[in-house]
Amino acid sequence: MLGFLTLLLVCQLAGEVLVRLAGAPVPGPVVGMALLFAGLAVRGGVPAGLQTLAGGLLQHLSLLFVPAGVGVILHLRLIADEWPAITAALLISTVATIAVTALVMRALSRPDADT
Amino acid sequence: MSAELREIWVYLAASPLAALTATLVAYQAGLWIYRRSGGNPIANPVLIAVVLLVGLLLASGTAYRTYFDGAQFVHFLLGPATVALAVPLYNQFRQVRRSALAIAVALVAGSLFAAGSAVLVAWLLGASQRTLISLAPKSVTTPVAMGIAEQLGGLPSLTAVVVILTGIVGAMLATWTLDLLRITDWRARGFAVGVASHGIGTARALQVNEVAGAFAGLAMGLNALATAVLLPLMWRLFAAP
Repeated sequence: MLGFLTLLLVCQLAGEVLVRLAGAPVPGPVVGMALLFAGLAVRGGVPAGLQTLAGGLLQHLSLLFVPAGVGVILHLRLIADEWPAITAALLISTVATIAVTALVMRALSRPDADT
Repeated sequence: MSAELREIWVYLAASPLAALTATLVAYQAGLWIYRRSGGNPIANPVLIAVVLLVGLLLASGTAYRTYFDGAQFVHFLLGPATVALAVPLYNQFRQVRRSALAIAVALVAGSLFAAGSAVLVAWLLGASQRTLISLAPKSVTTPVAMGIAEQLGGLPSLTAVVVILTGIVGAMLATWTLDLLRITDWRARGFAVGVASHGIGTARALQVNEVAGAFAGLAMGLNALATAVLLPLMWRLFAAP
């Protein structure tokens, strides 16, 4: 368990370093995800311990967004001033984006792969 | 407040214990309500936790900085959790490879549509330019979105908030939207949620279905990349003088 936690941190750290070296506009953890994925592909399977650790972390992924979400407190005034525009943009755009992306995906997916 | 109470308060404010405990308790409360509602997406645990904590901070007069000093340990885990998304992605990779073309086209369409529609709606309703820029990267995971907003002259801290709210809205309304459109393919459902509402949408997708979760995580990562490249380009084409 500890070994796999270390592995996740090493991938993240390597991702951060690579992003800075390349000046790429991607977050380090996303590159870290790509690195871990490449490692799994080379190894040809997910070790049981990593499966458990990833499952545990991802089961409560939404908890990890709470501290940043509380940051809404810093902008209560600005949001109060422009709330109709912000609320409408968030609601309409998010729902419409889900719809457009899903429809494009469905239109182009091979039907034989449907499950 | 008595002297002893004040001493306890000073101690609590200086250590991460109080903020961490409050964060976990608020989230547990959110989860409890979410489960009691039978997993109804409207009872989003992040939304409930944020509302409870904002109320607590306002009532106790605690600065966000002070709270975040403690809560940053939870925030930090976002990095390793993002790396861990490689695991569901690897587990579902056969399916991902089979729909590579659909993924590429849906990604570009979703990325452009997410930014374009948000800016258009807010502009029609008279939002300030700073708010428009801060809204544009709203569907991208927080660190990338903040970077884009800063680059284009928005307000990164407002973008962070807008990103979280977008995630909550996506997690709340995705099931309803996709059911309405009769989209039953878990790949399309997951990918759409990941493009539109990044990690919070992915968290919801993971709770519902593993295939959807893997496609959502993939979409989140790809959309961070796509938007970081496409949005500044679009901005220069349409908005710059």
